[in-house]
Amino acid sequence: MLMAVSGVLFIGFVLAHMYGNLKAFGGHDSFNEYAYHLRVIGEPLLPHEGFLWLFRIGLLAAIIVHVGCAVALWRRAGKARTVKYVVTKNKASSVSSRTMRWGGLTILVFIIWHLLNFTIVKVNPNTGDTGSAAGDPYNLLVDTFDVWWMTVIYLVALVALGMHLHHGIWSSAQTLGLTNNDRARRNAKAIGAILAIVVAGGFSLVPIFVLAGVITK
Amino acid sequence: MPDTTNTFDSSHTMHVDDDYDDAAGYYVDGDPIADTKAPQGPLEERWDTRQFEARIANPANRRRLSVIVVGTGLAGAAAAATLGEAGYVVKSFCYQDSPRRAHSIAAQGGINAAKNYKGDGDSVFRLFYDTIKGGDYRARESNVYRLAQVSRNIIDQCVAQGVPFAREYGGLLDNRSFGGVQVSRTFYARGQTGQQLLIGAYQALERQVAAGTVKCYSRHEMVELIVVDGRARGIIVRDLVTGEIETYFADVVVLANGGYGNVFFLSTNAMGSNVTASWRAHRKGALMANPCYTQIHPTCIPVSGSHQSKLTLMSESLRNDGRIWVPKKKADCEKNPRDIPEEDRDYYLERIYPAFGNLVPRDIASRQAKNMCDEGRGVGPEVDGVRRGVYLDFADAMERLGHDAIAEKYGNLFDMYARITGEDPYTTPMRIYPAVHYVMGGLWVDYDLQSTIPGLFVTGEANFSDHGANRLGASALMQGLADGYFVLPNTIRDYLAEGPFDKVAEDDPAVVEAQQSVQAQIDKFMNTNGTRSVDSYHRELGNIMWEYCGMERTADGLKKAIDLIRSLRDDFWRNVKVLGSAETMNQSLERAGRVADFFELGELMCIDALNRRESCGGHFRGESQTDEGEALRHDGKYAYVAAWEWTGLDEKPVLHKENLEYEFVEMKQRSYK
Amino acid sequence: MKLTLNIWRQADSASPGKIHNYELDEVSEDMSFLEMLDVLNEELNAKGEEPIAFDSDCREGICGMCGLMINGEAHGPEVTTTCQLHMRSFKDGDSITVEPWRADAFPVVKDLVVDRGALDRIIAQGGYISVNTGAAPDAHATPVPKDKADRAFEAAACIGCGACVAACPNGSASLFLGAKITHLGELPQGQAERDSRVVNMVGQHDHEGFGGCTNIGECTAACPKEIPLDVISRLNWDLHAALRHGK
Ligand SMILES: Cc1cc2nc3c(=O)[nH]c(=O)nc-3n(C[C@H](O)[C@H](O)[C@H](O)COP(=O)(O)OP(=O)(O)OC[C@H]3O[C@@H](n4cnc5c(N)ncnc54)[C@H](O)[C@@H]3O)c2cc1C
Ligand code: HEM
Ligand code: HEM
Ligand code: SF4
Ligand code: F3S
Ligand code: FES
Repeated sequence: MLMAVSGVLFIGFVLAHMYGNLKAFGGHDSFNEYAYHLRVIGEPLLPHEGFLWLFRIGLLAAIIVHVGCAVALWRRAGKARTVKYVVTKNKASSVSSRTMRWGGLTILVFIIWHLLNFTIVKVNPNTGDTGSAAGDPYNLLVDTFDVWWMTVIYLVALVALGMHLHHGIWSSAQTLGLTNNDRARRNAKAIGAILAIVVAGGFSLVPIFVLAGVITK
Repeated sequence: MPDTTNTFDSSHTMHVDDDYDDAAGYYVDGDPIADTKAPQGPLEERWDTRQFEARIANPANRRRLSVIVVGTGLAGAAAAATLGEAGYVVKSFCYQDSPRRAHSIAAQGGINAAKNYKGDGDSVFRLFYDTIKGGDYRARESNVYRLAQVSRNIIDQCVAQGVPFAREYGGLLDNRSFGGVQVSRTFYARGQTGQQLLIGAYQALERQVAAGTVKCYSRHEMVELIVVDGRARGIIVRDLVTGEIETYFADVVVLANGGYGNVFFLSTNAMGSNVTASWRAHRKGALMANPCYTQIHPTCIPVSGSHQSKLTLMSESLRNDGRIWVPKKKADCEKNPRDIPEEDRDYYLERIYPAFGNLVPRDIASRQAKNMCDEGRGVGPEVDGVRRGVYLDFADAMERLGHDAIAEKYGNLFDMYARITGEDPYTTPMRIYPAVHYVMGGLWVDYDLQSTIPGLFVTGEANFSDHGANRLGASALMQGLADGYFVLPNTIRDYLAEGPFDKVAEDDPAVVEAQQSVQAQIDKFMNTNGTRSVDSYHRELGNIMWEYCGMERTADGLKKAIDLIRSLRDDFWRNVKVLGSAETMNQSLERAGRVADFFELGELMCIDALNRRESCGGHFRGESQTDEGEALRHDGKYAYVAAWEWTGLDEKPVLHKENLEYEFVEMKQRSYK
Repeated sequence: MKLTLNIWRQADSASPGKIHNYELDEVSEDMSFLEMLDVLNEELNAKGEEPIAFDSDCREGICGMCGLMINGEAHGPEVTTTCQLHMRSFKDGDSITVEPWRADAFPVVKDLVVDRGALDRIIAQGGYISVNTGAAPDAHATPVPKDKADRAFEAAACIGCGACVAACPNGSASLFLGAKITHLGELPQGQAERDSRVVNMVGQHDHEGFGGCTNIGECTAACPKEIPLDVISRLNWDLHAALRHGK
């Protein structure tokens, strides 16, 4: 259940994040304003970046919980069947459901890189600049995706994310006990599939359009 | 085989000569036997009286009183759970890997109870009356009345346990009418009534396991009964996983090991159903009653080849809409049935029994199907040179009611048939053939369900008690649960009130002897190093039984069968091949022990059938039929329970007769013309 | 038809096992899968080789005793039990790999036979309604709405075969568990013990060493009784409710 709750938090986050990213279409200012806005939510109640930090702590905790659960489940499953089948065949399961762990791992690796890229170190792969030298967020973003292999890394990660969500959304509904009949189950699966496409697709737009030169500095 | 169609020569149907005894020379007459436990007086009060009179074991003492229950079917699981609740120390045994898999699970149709929820005039007395009549007046009135009384408590108990019986839209329990009775008293859970009832009993049992009152021993087969100082005091079992021979003691032993229909090799019983527990008790002195009473079910899927391992029952309800026929001409038997014109079909049941047609009772429908096949007019694949099958055709019903109505009513049966045969019953007529389904015979017990060995109780299909010569549909489940939940726990306490009995010494000569005989038999199997597999013997024995002691029995046939069985048995002991080791799981060894007992049982069944020169219920003697080929009873001579005593291998069994008297119902001959 | 059979043989739980290859001719399509193995066993016996041990009892799809992994599918390619699988589902020349259920909670006893006692122990931890014999009210005292009764029935159809465990990549028995929770939880009679039942049964499930469910769904596809996945959702719901109630 902790898994599902943390998963659902992530879903909320990625949706919001995607909304933010899509502001890149609005151009330089719109995007930067959003980045700025993030930092001033809750002011003057909270210090500058206060909300952001709360938020980050929340996310970090969720990731720890989520990964912790994932590792526990993985180990239990490993112990539950130490002698493997000679022949196996999948009858009903989706690829997504069977790749949750590797998919999750991919996402984890990606997030680390992503944070290096955008938040912590702010590596600008184009210019090699780091830190505030890398320029404002919008420029950093455009520069990043101008590099084709960066875009590829992101796209791969997004495929992984899409798949993770495809199964994860329905799965969390099931884990939370919300899919108690046929119809609810079908709905949850459909929502999972739609959201997965929306999220993976939505995130992909920015890098693709940057690479394609539609979004420019 | 004598011809038994309706053209039967009427000179054969004469009443039996009073001192005629077909079985002379095969048995010895013994003293009569009587049930001394049933109270006298008004029928309705007997059970209450007995419950009141039965002593009660002091509750404080119960933790020191132990009970062994062999079998976890409805009868065994219900008994073990209830005795556990009462506070006795219970050990429960079964040969499957879990108590939940006992053969009771396969029952499809339903369970009877005189609840009269439909307000259609049902009552305890009517259920009692129908059961006595259905049993062709060969069951005890006291027992059957009690069964009908208790039937109502069963439904309450099962519902409280969460058994999901079929319900109407209003939320109340649904009933259907079953097996030709006029009232709707059968409770059901789709086609899986036995499963749901057994799961209920199994869960009650597991609850006691958790409570620590019951300990379950799965994959443990009872192979011997321990009798010390004339009392049943324990059992010897083989642990089917490790091969270990283990001895368990108790103050009382309950057998609930089910029926022995597998003596016929092919039957609707589960593969492992066997007679071993009953038979070993029989050899130790428990009388075996009416062993020849066998119920044969007309609507099973026919044998498809010599690989066949068991037969599958299809609900009798199919006969409500299907029409049964065979080709008139032998030459047509190989043809596609749809190419056989109407005038070349013989709807033989409709022809012979115009009033009842396809709905004649099980035994008549079965016997006539066999007659048709014996005449060479059977259909379907040839197995060992004969086609054993008749058509059950839904073409008319499909036309009358439409595909959808038929699918709605029989869909899952049709699917099952299609899966097994690979034929589509919506377009090609089904093929059916009779199969052995249930045995009314079993260990003799009194009203308390106690056998002739003190401290040995027998419940469920393993005893002979309640169905007479024939069992009504949906009454076996009723009996199993009645015995297990309500009857046995109330009668066994009378016996246990005398306990705890002295502890049995591990080295008591009776114990040592029992252990040695078990070991000797295993060693014999492992060392015979013969050439033939256990199954091949079982199959051959089954063929003999089916041919001569099946749907129709004659003196000549039975005598022949006895000779055949004896010589096959000798060969078995000299020539059987059991590979592997006795110290691990060894399924051939398990079966060898069971088949050894089937040989001895089969012989006794033939002798019992030979003795009973009348036709009644599931027992049809060619020599005793009316002009129309109907079963003919001889109440003057055979209104008794035949209880057989074991005297040794190749010794003649001793027959003890228990007279049956009817105070409350009048004995009538049935007629279906 | 002619078949090549690759069958797992293992002397007992302590010994290592391996796949043995057998050729079998003259297999009839009317045979059930287990009858085909019977025939093979007769041949082995005749050759002096010990027959292959496998479980079965009712051979009509209801007792749950049979169960083999056939070419990587629990109970083989059809939605039914192994005993009801017929050889017409295979073709001449096929090569068929037969393995026992694999789960550490189901240790191999011999060849294709496994020990599923863990499932009984799960039931013993609450898979029942506590009512002593004779203490029941009249059966009509509590009506059960038909939809609830039907849903309970659908879940109660579980035969305890363990195919769900065998098929689940996580080795989880959640479908089996969920089926019992749903069966009893849908009925008015089952309410009193609802919280403790789910907590104790799940506890035993985990204790037996079954894996956790990640909602992969192989179990329901392998289930011969088509127990739907929503029983697992019901299981989770009940579990959370019980935890909220502080059980
Ligand atoms: C296909 C089919 C359908 C049926 N349908 C109906 C129906 O609709 N209605 C109805 O009323 N009846 C029906 N019957 C009959 C009914 O199912 C049985 O008569 C009844 O279930 C028998 O129950 P039981 O408890 O006596 O024995 P079983 O359920 O046969 O149980 C026997 C138990 O004894 C154990 N056992 C046996 N031998 C040994 C041994 N040596 N050592 C240890 N344990 C042993 C077994 O493991 C098992 O647990 C049907 C029967 C069949 C075959
Ligand atoms: C950080 C790296 C991650 C890892 C290692 C990881 C791993 C896993 C694993 C193994 C599961 C279990 C499968 C299951 O229960 O169905 C899972 C479930 C889930 N994950 Fe992740 N995941 C990660 C990140 C994410 C992210 C970023 C999101 C959302 C955007 C997410 C959303 C979900 C959801 C919704 C579930 C279903 C929860 C449930 O069914 O209980 N995960 N994850
Ligand atoms: C095209 C895709 C993406 C783009 C363009 C993008 C862009 C950004 C940018 C610009 C930031 C910095 C925001 C700021 O600090 O102001 C950021 C932060 C972040 N992104 Fe992304 N992102 C993308 C995809 C993802 C995905 C798929 C995930 C996770 C599954 C993710 C997780 C995060 C996280 C965790 C942060 C840090 C938030 C914080 O704490 O500040 N991003 N992203
Ligand atoms: S849920 Fe299905 S697969 Fe699992 S044990 Fe029950 S019947 Fe077998
Ligand atoms: S396959 Fe396994 S992961 Fe869950 S949904 Fe079924 S138990
Ligand atoms: S043998 Fe009973 S389900 Fe297959």
